[in-house]
This record gives sequence, C-alpha cells and structure tokens, in this order.
Amino acid sequence: MNLTLHVWRQAGPDAPGKLEQYEAKNVSPDQSFLEMLDEVNEQLIKAGKDPIAFDHDCREGICGMCSQVINGVPHGGQERTTVCQLHMRRFSDGDTIYIEPWRALAFPIQKDLIVDRGALEKIMQAGGYTSCHTGGVADGNALLVPKPDADYAMDAAECIGCGACVAACPNGSAMLYTSAKVAQLAALPQGKAEAAERVCNMTEAMQAAGFGNCSNHYECQAACPKGINVKFIAKLNREYQKALFK
Amino acid sequence: MILDGKCPKGPIQTSWDRHRFDLKLVNPANKRKYKILVVGTGLAGGAAAASLGELGYNVEAFCYQDSARRAHSIAAQGGINAAKNYPNDGDSIYRLFYDTIKGGDFRAREADVWRLAQVSNNIIDQCVAQGVPFARDYAGYLDNRSFGGAQVSRTFYARGQTGQQLLLGAYSALSRQVKAGTVKLFARTEMLDLVVVDGEAKGITVRDLITGEIRTHVGDAVVLATGGYVNVFYLSTNAMGCSVTANWRAHKKGAFFANPCYTQIHPTCIPQSGDHQSKLTLMSESLRNDGRCWAPKKKGDNRHPNEIPEDERDYYLERKYPSFGNLAPRDIASRAAKEQCDDGRGVGPGGRGVNLDFSDAIKRVGEDTIRERYGNLFEMYEKITDENAYKQPMRMYPAPHYSMGGLWVDYNCESNIPGLFVLGEANFSVHGANRLGASALMQGLADGYFVIPYTIANYLAKTKPGAVKADHPECKKSIEDVKNYNNRLLNINGKKTVSEFHRELGKIMWENVGMARSEESLKDAIKKIPVLREEFWKNVKVTGKGEELNQQLENAGRVADFLEFGELMAKDALHRNESCGGHFRVEHQMPDGEAKRDDENYCYVGAWEFKGVDKEPELHKEPLAFENVHLAVRSYK
Repeated sequence: MNLTLHVWRQAGPDAPGKLEQYEAKNVSPDQSFLEMLDEVNEQLIKAGKDPIAFDHDCREGICGMCSQVINGVPHGGQERTTVCQLHMRRFSDGDTIYIEPWRALAFPIQKDLIVDRGALEKIMQAGGYTSCHTGGVADGNALLVPKPDADYAMDAAECIGCGACVAACPNGSAMLYTSAKVAQLAALPQGKAEAAERVCNMTEAMQAAGFGNCSNHYECQAACPKGINVKFIAKLNREYQKALFK
Repeated sequence: MILDGKCPKGPIQTSWDRHRFDLKLVNPANKRKYKILVVGTGLAGGAAAASLGELGYNVEAFCYQDSARRAHSIAAQGGINAAKNYPNDGDSIYRLFYDTIKGGDFRAREADVWRLAQVSNNIIDQCVAQGVPFARDYAGYLDNRSFGGAQVSRTFYARGQTGQQLLLGAYSALSRQVKAGTVKLFARTEMLDLVVVDGEAKGITVRDLITGEIRTHVGDAVVLATGGYVNVFYLSTNAMGCSVTANWRAHKKGAFFANPCYTQIHPTCIPQSGDHQSKLTLMSESLRNDGRCWAPKKKGDNRHPNEIPEDERDYYLERKYPSFGNLAPRDIASRAAKEQCDDGRGVGPGGRGVNLDFSDAIKRVGEDTIRERYGNLFEMYEKITDENAYKQPMRMYPAPHYSMGGLWVDYNCESNIPGLFVLGEANFSVHGANRLGASALMQGLADGYFVIPYTIANYLAKTKPGAVKADHPECKKSIEDVKNYNNRLLNINGKKTVSEFHRELGKIMWENVGMARSEESLKDAIKKIPVLREEFWKNVKVTGKGEELNQQLENAGRVADFLEFGELMAKDALHRNESCGGHFRVEHQMPDGEAKRDDENYCYVGAWEFKGVDKEPELHKEPLAFENVHLAVRSYK
C-alpha cells in the first residue's frame, strides 16, 4: 500500500520545527510502523537527505523507548500498543498519517521525534525505591505477600515509563506514571515503611519538573500501552492525603 | 600463552567463601577517593553501579539509551533461577551447579558456576526486598515454575515480565544512589574507546549522543556490562542498539575475546515475515511448560493446524527426548525445530516454523489459567502475526538470542587488562557453550550485586586513587583516534546505507556461522567478510555531522565493529573442531545427529588476542578442569 506521511522535523531544541511531507510506497501490511519509517529513511539517506530521527530500541513493546504521536494519539491509538508493535495492517492504502513527537512542557524536543524524558528520571530518583542495602536482607519467603496484593503490585509495576500518559494528557500530567510506582510499593509490606515519605517526595518532584495536575480526563489510561489503570491515581491521592495527615 | 583463571583451589563448596576472605578490602573512608566507571546499566551494570555507589565509591554510569531503565535486560520474559528448593522437589546449590555445567556442555569454569548457584539465593531475597512483585501463591509464598534443561521447578517469575521487574529493581536501587550523589548517570552516552595507561584500564572515551561531543572520563577502574553481540546476525532478538562496540574497542586495546563462536539460537521466536523485517521477537521459553511442539508428519502439509488430526502430528521433542520432552535445552530444541523444517515439514510462510500448541493445556487447566500465566506473550504474538494463539498453535522458529562468548575474565571478573572488569553477558564465564533458561538474569545480578563489590576492592586496594588525570596524553590520543575514526565514516559518502551492509553481513553470518557450521561454510565466511568490510569503508553513506544527534553515525560505528568481529567469530568456530552446545559443526555429530564433543582436544576456553584488522589473531588457551562434575555425554533422553 501507499501512504502519505506528514512528519515533524526539527533540527534541534531551539530550531523552528515544521511538518514535512513524504511518500511511503509499497508498504507491506506485515511491517511494523517503525519498519515502515526505516524504509522511508533509507530513501532519504540515498537522496542525501537527513533521515528522520526517532527513538526506538527493543521493538518488542517493553523498553518504553519509542514515542510518537500518530494522527494525534500517542503510540497510534491501537489499544495497549507501543509504536513499535503497531503494524501497518491497521492502516489502509492511500491513508494520510501525521507523525509528531511527544508534546509536553516537561519533555523538550531534542531532534525531530526525539524528546528529553529526563524529568521522569527525577521523579524516580525522588523516592521510587525501597531503601534496602545490597545483601543483609531477609529470606524472600520471610515476607508473606497475599496473592491479591502481589497481583495488584504487578499490575502497577507493568509501567514501561514511555511517557505516553504525559503526552496524552491535556495538562501534561505525569500522575499515572508516578502513581504506578507509588501504588506498587505502597501495596507491598517491604515498601510500607517509607510510603509516606515516598509519596510526598515523588509528588513534589513531579510538580518541580513542570508536569501538570490531573483533572480526570483519563486520556492517560487510554494511551497507556500497558493498560495502567487510573485507579492508581486514586491510590496516589489517597496515599498523599494519608501522608499529609500523618 | 596459558591463561590462569585464578580459581580457588580446594573443596568447591567453600571456594567462594574462602576466596572472599582472601580478597583485600578498601577502608570505608578511602572508598570515596576511588572513581569507578560502569558502562551499561542493565542487570549487571545497573546492579553493579548501585552496589558500588552504596558502598561509598564514586561511580559514573553510562548507557546509550535515554534512561537506565531501558537496557535490554528489560525484555527478558521468563524468569530467574535460584536453588531455594521452596517446592521441595530436590533442588540444591549442587543441582543448579550441575545442571548449568551440563547444560553448557562442559565448557564453563566450575568455580564460577558454583558461585553463581550459591549467590542465586541471595538474589531472590535482594529483589524481594526491593519490592519486585514476584508471583506468589495464595498463602503469600513465592511461586516457581520450570524451565528448559532442568527437572525441578526453580524459576522465580513476575508474569511474563521478569526481566523488566528485576531491571526496575536494579534501576530503583540505582536511582536511590543518584539521589544520594554517589552515582552520576550519563544517559545517551556511548563508549567508543578504552583508555589504557601503563597497561591498566583507567578511562573510557565516549560520544555524547545528543551533542556529538567526544570526551574522556577517567577513573581508577572500568567495569564493562554492555551485553551481547548477536546483532552480528542482523536479525536477532536483541534490541536495535545492542552491539559489540564497547567490547570490541576494548579488545582492540588488548582485552582477550573468549569463545566468540558460542552463540545461543533460541528455539521459540516468531518466524520472520519478509525482507523488510528489522528484528525478531522472542517468545519466552516458559511457554514450553504448557505448549507442545509439533510438526505435521506429512511433508508440505498445508492444512490449517487445527484440521491436522492427532495421529498425523509429530510431537518431535517428546518423541526424541522423553524425559525432558518440551523442556529440552535450547540448543537441542532449536536444532530439532530446524530439522523438521529442513525435512520439508515446517509450517507457515516459507515452511520456516513449527507449531507450539496450547490446546491440551487449555483443555486441562482452562483458558483463564493460561491467560494468567502467559497473557502478555499471547497479546504480543497476536500484534505481530495477527493470529490468536488461544485458538490455534503459535508458529515458532529459532533465532539468535544470546552470546555465551565475551571478553575473557578470571574468577574476579577481571580481564587480562588490570582494572578492566567485565560482567554479565559481556563476559564469557559461566554459560559454557550453551545457556540454560532463566540463567542470564541470574548471572547479570550475581555479577553486579554479589561478585564485583568484593572483587573490585582487591584491585583498588593495590591502586593509588586518581593517578590518571583527564589531560593525560593517552586520553588526548584516544579522543583524537575516535574523532578521526568518526570523520572517516562521515567522509566516505558512498552509495549504500549502513543497514544494507548490516543486512548483508547478517546473511553471511546466519548462513555460514549460524545454527550449523562446517569447515566449508566457515572458510566461505572468512573469505566474504573482509571483502564486505573493504566495500563498507569505500562505499557506505553516512549522512549528517559528528557534532549533532546523528543516528546514522551511531549505527555506522556499530556495524563497522561487527564487520571486524564477525570474522573473529568465524575463525573461532573454524578452529574448534568439535560440536558443543550452541556450536554445532556438521562434521562432528553422532550417528543420531546429536552434537559430538571432543574433550581430549578442546576442553579449554579459547581466548583471542587482537593483532590488527586483516591480521591473524593469536589464540590463547585456558584449560578447563572438571573435578566435581564428570565429563560425560550430555543426554536429555
């Protein structure tokens, strides 16, 4: 099939950006979206032009590196799918596709479709851990974790940190991302000791990094490739309230 | 040269404990005077950087991704082994040790494998303490499942995302140290050279992938934890950025490369769909707990798999290996699958696939249970193939997955260059010629959390801190060399893209140095690779400049290294006149087609010394001694 692409091109953080038009010809329906872009890039290189810069790595939907807003939706709008796992069979011959980078104040553009997601790191560093030392910990079975709690923690822990939730949110909020880690550790006995301190520190870091607040649009959940549930945002709020009244 | 692995002598059961006591210590107040450079932030590198930072050393950690959390360890699905014997099925440290030595076809060091089995139990405890949400049973205890090459259930797991959860555990520990100021993290930074001063590793030269700046970081020791090299095949299960570059550049500075021909071809990957494909996707080996492998008995049987009656199916693994069945080790399962396809009984496009069938398991335990165990894998499969594996069998084909070879290290994980330590997949030490399932995660974390913190102290205690400064002539020379190398790539301005060269190399490697090798195919590869390399340096087209974000330049450097490394891999495979584990030479097989090892002549580690591109590398040997597990023909029947 043949497609028309409009791709955001921007040479650097301070350079002006604009949409450029490219034709993608003879696209196989079995190709992934990124493989389609690879071929467009091969054509650009052969023509002596600068290929489109985009982030990608594992191409298995787990590393969280890929990040493209496709036709206005982060990761392209197929339910629970990263861009690398989006396949061209979801498109039709003759389609026009718009490809843009993550759009959020806290994610400055570095080049074309690549943004700086370092702000997410700051949130993790503020408290997304248990302060256990290497070695000298108890036997794994010394801490009993009821299966429902372990499952709940695992549901939260599935977050891949891609930042689609931020890009989808009209407020550029990172609350789904932050809530996933807070909820995971708050649900487990080993995370409880620091729960109050953790939620306060991570929330502050989130605000300091320039992310907006949650106003219940639920776009984050819709865009999340791992189906992280907004119930964790409720958990984050509850944990935060609890910590304030402590 | 006969290499010394420096393994502790005496009873193996106490070898690590005795060795740990003999290692020198660094006084806590002195630790902060030392700087350690850690390259790679996956399970091995992330765990090492976090643990060393916590001990009080100054650590600088580097990764090419935008976050330490994206290292390719994240993609490991199935699980991590430990000899806890929680299921009461007869496991022990000795059995895990035994299974790993046997699984590796007697080409690993006994002492290293013993240590791995011993500390495996600490790893689970450590990860639980970090909040890794391992699967639990209804009483709240940790749950286990089984994996290839073992008859006990010793694999701990977190749904189909065990690697992700373990990496996030290490990443959280790392984040804690970044906050504490002991670790400085450099993301989007790629190592392009090792700085060696007076024969010792004292720094690395890196490229900032955003600005293109080339600079040197100096330290008192360098730790490489940069993963494996199977992207040399172009199509592999590795992430796109996985490369041999850091290891290869260290090799060019004197580090020996051990057993490069040992690569693991994983039996359960989604078959290739066309020429456009950029990589292959692995489906966890844990699927073989419930999935049964079969091929049609009749050649060219094109019927829908559900329409092929039971008596016309060949459950070939269960037939050939009744005691291990579908859980036969990876090299054996891979060869068996290829055999079915080569025999004209493969399924799917091009006949490159076998069935992995869940219908019996679904009948037995119900679709919900299967969904609970492997749901995300089924989803991933459906996205890529558009087929529902709850309703019809998955199609599987072997694909390059993991490298058992790597830089040579001694028992301390130290290479032959003092001060250069190599961890995880980047070294060669514990897997022998084949890696059993759920053992890579174990090795990464064992090396990072529980080995390097002890062994690196032994080196540092003998070293004056801060001896080399950034203005040292070796640093300046290294920067110049890297700049010149990159400029050379940028100025060729030929006609073929980097990917085209990579694909061509991959084809040579897969056809000649892949699952089955022969003297003829290897000699063919050794002839073709230098020709392709020469063309690369004349005709590659790399757009853009060095002083900017330039993904073409990044890839060009990686492929240039693969073009040199591939030749070494073929040479190593050619010199090893035997079959063992993942190295299968068609000239050396039993009458029934099983691999035929030659312990008399090849029971050693082959470590290669770099002598120059287009020059013959020199082979050094480290003999392997088996005192606790007797050399025997590996049988899974």
